[in-house]
Amino acid sequence: MLQTASDPLMKVENLVVEYSVGGKTIHAVSDVSLEIARGETLGLVGESGCGKSTLGRAVLQLRQAVSGKVLFDGHDLTTLKGESLRKMRRRVQLIFQDPIASLNPRRRIGDIVAEPLMIAGVKDPEERKRRVDEVLSAVGLDPALVSGRQPHEFSGGQCQRICIARSLVLNPEFVICDEPVSALDVSIRAQILNLLEEMKARYGLTLLFIAHDLAVVKAVSDRVAVMYLGRLCEVGPSEQLFARPAHPYTALLIEAIPVPDPDVRPTQSVPVGEPPSPIAPPSGCRFRTRCPRADARCAGEVPELRVVAPGQFAACHHPLI
Amino acid sequence: MSGALLSVEDAVVDLPTPRGNLRAVDHVDLAVGAGKTLGIVGESGCGKTMLSRAVLQLLPKKAKLSGRVMFNGQDLTTLSAEKLRKLRGRSLAVVFQDPMTSLNPVLTIGTQLIETIQEHLELDLAQARQRSIELLAAVGIPAPEQRLAQYPHQLSGGMRQRVAIAIALSCEPQLLIADEPTTALDVTIQAQILDLLAREQQRRHMAMIIITHDLGVVAGRTDEVAVMYAGRVVERAPTPALFKQMRMPYTEALLAALPKLDVAPHTPLPAISGRPPDPTRPLKGCSFSPRCRYSAGRCTTEKPRLSPAETQEHLYACFHPIAAGVGA
Amino acid sequence: MATLELSLEEEAGATPVRRRRLGTLFWFAIGWMVLVFAVAIFADLLPLPNPTDMDMLERRAPISAEHWLGTDGLGRDELSRLIYGARISLIVGLCAPMIGVTIGGALGMLAGYFRGRFESVVVGSMDVLLAFPPLILALAVTAYLGQSIFNLTCILGVLGIPAFMRVSRAATLTLARREFVIAAQALGATHARILLRELLPNVLLPLLAFFLLGVAVTIVVEGSLSFLGLGVPPPISSWGSMIGEGRESLDVAPMLAFIPAIAMFLTVLAFNLIGDTMRALTDPRQGAL
Repeated sequence: MLQTASDPLMKVENLVVEYSVGGKTIHAVSDVSLEIARGETLGLVGESGCGKSTLGRAVLQLRQAVSGKVLFDGHDLTTLKGESLRKMRRRVQLIFQDPIASLNPRRRIGDIVAEPLMIAGVKDPEERKRRVDEVLSAVGLDPALVSGRQPHEFSGGQCQRICIARSLVLNPEFVICDEPVSALDVSIRAQILNLLEEMKARYGLTLLFIAHDLAVVKAVSDRVAVMYLGRLCEVGPSEQLFARPAHPYTALLIEAIPVPDPDVRPTQSVPVGEPPSPIAPPSGCRFRTRCPRADARCAGEVPELRVVAPGQFAACHHPLI
Repeated sequence: MSGALLSVEDAVVDLPTPRGNLRAVDHVDLAVGAGKTLGIVGESGCGKTMLSRAVLQLLPKKAKLSGRVMFNGQDLTTLSAEKLRKLRGRSLAVVFQDPMTSLNPVLTIGTQLIETIQEHLELDLAQARQRSIELLAAVGIPAPEQRLAQYPHQLSGGMRQRVAIAIALSCEPQLLIADEPTTALDVTIQAQILDLLAREQQRRHMAMIIITHDLGVVAGRTDEVAVMYAGRVVERAPTPALFKQMRMPYTEALLAALPKLDVAPHTPLPAISGRPPDPTRPLKGCSFSPRCRYSAGRCTTEKPRLSPAETQEHLYACFHPIAAGVGA
Repeated sequence: MATLELSLEEEAGATPVRRRRLGTLFWFAIGWMVLVFAVAIFADLLPLPNPTDMDMLERRAPISAEHWLGTDGLGRDELSRLIYGARISLIVGLCAPMIGVTIGGALGMLAGYFRGRFESVVVGSMDVLLAFPPLILALAVTAYLGQSIFNLTCILGVLGIPAFMRVSRAATLTLARREFVIAAQALGATHARILLRELLPNVLLPLLAFFLLGVAVTIVVEGSLSFLGLGVPPPISSWGSMIGEGRESLDVAPMLAFIPAIAMFLTVLAFNLIGDTMRALTDPRQGAL
């Protein structure tokens, strides 16, 4: 299923993540399988609470999976512990939504960016400084000006550059970007998106790009995966997926994007309603409660992801194509 | 500007900070007619929120406001605190970005709605309760009667914003200010909330100001748009004219920097380099000049004035405007 | 090449200077602290009469050139006793919260970071300690181990642990959810490293502010215990024991109780003032606009 590349760098197999809040079980990720090829950017979209961030963290083993496998370069991360897991984590990095909160307010930028090197055991201070300076310049900051300052002296966009520098200093192979631009202003957002693209080319990265904004995801992704209430709805090459969505939920998401054109009157067809609670997700297809095409079969039978077009998969009993 | 319900005339807001005086709003003129919708677009820190606070007369204590804020023929800056309080909520209502913080977490939805209604309208409890249920139904909340007994944290973000809108609409205001009403919400919910606001605005024939950083939000839903940058209005035009014949390079750059669905993946975005100037150290020339690709000559030494283009309604502040007829 | 951040260079020359008016009150507090510490440390070098030498002919003598603050009920020099008493009050006042901040702070951080059963055990045992009447504990320990400065410091230190634990646990709980801690975990940092490098610098500040408050409280508590005769063993003087001794002659020489009381009041006030100002000064968020 979902064979896209002969050489996937990251492979998630039937991952299930559940956790309890106040005695109730939240089904955050239910039976999700994904493959990310070396050098690819996979966009992961969905509304808040759909489990996309949890999936990102479960890949890094920051959240315990109930079942399933996370294969990174052939190693199953879910079975690794202690030192071997820490070693593996150095090859996988994470960038967060709130750049200011992800920097320790009491430490200097130079130390923050050097921290991964310290943890990895780079003992030579000269070597550390050289690599920190190099990566800071790469993200468009002047190391001489920046290193001695503290995070609060920088704007959100600059902090995100620092976060990107920190994630790149160990030359990772795989970077998970969890809503990296949603806290930023429009004019800064484009800068950071361009920077991520540049860094991807320069360091040969593979990216998992998590966001709720489809336009942002499309700008950077080779393939896009759409998630709804813990399950994958649709996966496909981004241009193809946006041009011809197969899952009604994907279509709904595309329709809801505000278009900066006064002639395009906002459609009133967006259905009223919100995602149900992940504590008690609907039976069968989880989207059926908001879906215009839902029928009895959708309530009884969980749709499997299947091919709808070359490279495009959808989990729907009544796909649009 | 005669006949406008609200007009802001030469408003200046100064905020003293430890780093010096911060001019949050710099000589701004705006007007909204009854039943019209104005969009104010700008990035964070451009002064759009301070401007809305100035209209509501809810500026921080240390802030100094000069200029006039005319609402229904009254200058709000000269009104007494008591009269202002009566006006706010009754004729002037506001919806904030984060409904979690704008609703009181320890009071039920019902209490908050009914109290607002009774505060401004002379209704008894049963009537106020009935009206609350109608309002909740009008803003698209299912099972409104049961919701009255619920607390804000029991609702989702979208539902909370609907409640906040219901409270704002409860006294049939003449002007509704929506300050980033959908920024905290998901795209699908955003579309619903914007539709709701537009529908209620038309039905009640009220004036509305939508403050946002997203040009996409104002495009199909406003009559006029004002683009703000570094405390000033840099372009103001009827919505179609703004998007079709934009003159200000900042508006163009802002629109270009938005990721678009019809562009192939991995196309570099035309980003605006740098970031907005420090508001405590204003530039001598045009505030956008350090980031502007058309900047030349007097842009760095002289401030361009907001002046009309082909039509009286279309104003822009630029020495090197984009040629008419070129645009989105 | 990445888009260069031009604006940062423009700013380089004009780093906002974080100057705040500290106020004269703060400088008075600092001045008083310096004075108290100086005389306490250099008490042996000062030309003072021995604080335990009794002069039965000069009991409750008024202020004179020989006895600057007069003498007490046993004819001992009041100024000398006040200064040597400052030593005891400060030693106990600083050492006891030190015990609290070290043990309580560490327990709180561990509880807030690891959560789970460990946290329940720590919080539970602290609740037990809090519920135990402090006076009874003090009485029991002094009765069992005897009266000494060391024992007194230990009792007061142990009594302070729950409060410090709560402060540090609360701070750790909020911090541990912040992204920078998750980022460190994602980088493969060990728990020890996260606790020491990421959390400690952030927890230290609220703890330090609370520590200064703890010093003030301990000085008062030590005074109360000494006043009740549970504190330092006589003839050693501390401010509390001096107030206690002065109580007997409140009607004839009220000064004997009031002078150490004033010294204690000013010192406690100074610690609180400095603590508040320090906290306001070092909050990194205030610098950001």
